[in-house]
Amino acid sequence: MAINRRDFLKVTAGSGLLLAADVSPGLASPPKSLPPEAVGILYDATLCIGCKSCMVNCKKYNSMPGGALRQDNGSIPYEYQSSARIYDAPTDLSAKTLNIIKVYRSGTGVNKDQVENGYSFVQQHCLHCVDPACASVCPVGAFHKLPGSGIVAYEADKCIGCRYCELACPFGVPRFEWRNASPKLVKCQLCRHRVAEGGYSACCEFCPTGASLFGKVVDLRAEAARRLALPAGSSYDYPLNRIGSGRSMPKKVANYYQHTYGLTEAGGTQCMLLAGVPFDKLGFNPRITDQRYPDLTWEYIVKVPILIAALLAAGTVVQRLTRNKGDDR
Amino acid sequence: MRGRESDSGKRRGGISRRDFLKVCTAAAVYMGLPASFGPRLAEAATAAAKRPPVIWLSGQECTGCTETLLRATHPTVESLILDLISLDYSETLNTGAGQQAEEYREKSIEENKGKFILVVEGSIPVKDGGIYCKVAGRPVLDILKETAPKAAAVIAIGSCASWGGVPATPPNPTGATPAHEILAGTGIPVVNIPGCPPNPYNFLSTVLYFLTLKKLPELDDKMRPKFAYGRLIHENCERRPHFDAGRFAEVFGDAGHRQGWCLYKLGCKGPETFNNCPTLLFGDVGAGAWPVGTGHPCFGCSEQGVGFVTPIHSPAKPLYITPPIQFAAAQPQEGKGASTLAAAVAGVAVGAGVVAAAASLGKKCGSGNEES
Repeated sequence: MAINRRDFLKVTAGSGLLLAADVSPGLASPPKSLPPEAVGILYDATLCIGCKSCMVNCKKYNSMPGGALRQDNGSIPYEYQSSARIYDAPTDLSAKTLNIIKVYRSGTGVNKDQVENGYSFVQQHCLHCVDPACASVCPVGAFHKLPGSGIVAYEADKCIGCRYCELACPFGVPRFEWRNASPKLVKCQLCRHRVAEGGYSACCEFCPTGASLFGKVVDLRAEAARRLALPAGSSYDYPLNRIGSGRSMPKKVANYYQHTYGLTEAGGTQCMLLAGVPFDKLGFNPRITDQRYPDLTWEYIVKVPILIAALLAAGTVVQRLTRNKGDDR
Repeated sequence: MRGRESDSGKRRGGISRRDFLKVCTAAAVYMGLPASFGPRLAEAATAAAKRPPVIWLSGQECTGCTETLLRATHPTVESLILDLISLDYSETLNTGAGQQAEEYREKSIEENKGKFILVVEGSIPVKDGGIYCKVAGRPVLDILKETAPKAAAVIAIGSCASWGGVPATPPNPTGATPAHEILAGTGIPVVNIPGCPPNPYNFLSTVLYFLTLKKLPELDDKMRPKFAYGRLIHENCERRPHFDAGRFAEVFGDAGHRQGWCLYKLGCKGPETFNNCPTLLFGDVGAGAWPVGTGHPCFGCSEQGVGFVTPIHSPAKPLYITPPIQFAAAQPQEGKGASTLAAAVAGVAVGAGVVAAAASLGKKCGSGNEES
């Protein structure tokens, strides 16, 4: 997929001419479907105890060779190497934070998983859309879905830094390295370097309560449906770390909000969430519908090559006219 | 604190009045009472013509609770039993034995009816008529039932006496039962001081409180003194900041464990156990002298349904984990500033002012230039 600037311009111009013909958006962008072996994470806020183990180990294992936060000096962007041993907890996703535990609070904030006078933790990271908006807007194919696992991956060597992905993502996930002289986009890639070696996401491996559960999306969807069907107050043996790990922990079932976030949102995502409070309370934009975002993207991006072609034509005409004037003089 | 030989006014038992007052002040502070309460405690403990008698009954126990009391240094056990209380009967500490000890117990109970403090150590077997634990040929069950109605207060020391502890662990072959269950329905208040062993100062402070104010300290729903068992271990733990920062020891001896990180993943029951171990510590030897401080997870010895029942290294189920303030909000609160229109109007006004000022300044400068 290596493409240089010259080839890229050629392709753009060529496709612009091609698309100037009557092409319907649906034809040009067939909806992607979930690969059968796709992997993801099921985050259950009712199990989360807010220990931030996922955050710390995310940073640790993504700063290692192959990870998304890799730094030349190999330092972990959380454990500041100073004699004072100070640290500062991240407040949001950033170029140094791929995964963050946030909290919803209301009133006295003492009752877990309750809307009034309660609180709920929520984990924010890339949800790995089945049909990702970031990939659809990327003009150079730096964002793409890995075949098989379905992980939305990012290739820094292709990226031109346009940040369309940052604007396109409905969940506000990709973040730009503003403080880097040769900046990249940063987001969770589901520990693809660990998955490639037969491992799985660090956040799930180090979660002590099973709140972050790794597995195949089909299995996770079944697990989520099973949990929602459980009566509140009954006991359930919650699997830990990953589906099929053999480890589990019995726990009293909380009062679930009857919805699996990510089952249909934005056309479906590979990472899903369960919680005890409505998801708009947990920072998910209520305007996000089940619509696939690439459909929206296409209406606009399809006009870009036409615009380029039109500008090319207009420019040529202007250049022709002005050159003739110059010759006359 | 001990051994201030220069102090005058020695009292029997080798403790000076000055040290004794210190002891009482420390006890007052443990209970959340003002330090000025110390002299009152001291007065109450010494003013009575007779020191308050204590009958110490032992059931199914390991003597650990007596041992922990022996290791208290302020007051020391000798000053406790010689100055503060009159320990009339204790199977471990009795100087007499056999018939002599039993006789003295009965005599003391009759003499001090309604005035003595009854301490119960160990659980009481009830199966088969309580034959699994007998003292002087009689089941402890009978002795307790006979003694308790005559006591001023009943204190159950240790997890066994408070909620069954080790002997009550399933399958509980002897029908081990805590003291408060046996005395339920009799209307006799039982204070539970659970722990394996409990901190001696939690016991001593409760005794002093009762002596001074003639009432029991404030108790929670499990009849534990709130001054000692009011908060989770997790809330006062010195390793709590590591929990909040997501830094955990994964296995014993790893880098995190050596650096003193949180032991939750090793099975620490601090998040579901109420006790004051992290603040009071054990043995008066300074910082870190409690289980978590030494690097082993809390196993919830003082909590019913946790210690001796759940596996030591299984993760705890945190009771209330109200998130600390440093968590990022899922929905950041937006400030309600001035409206766009108001901001625009203000902007226009300021802009006009600046232009006017600049114009007048320009005129002045202009005129000045003309002159030069």
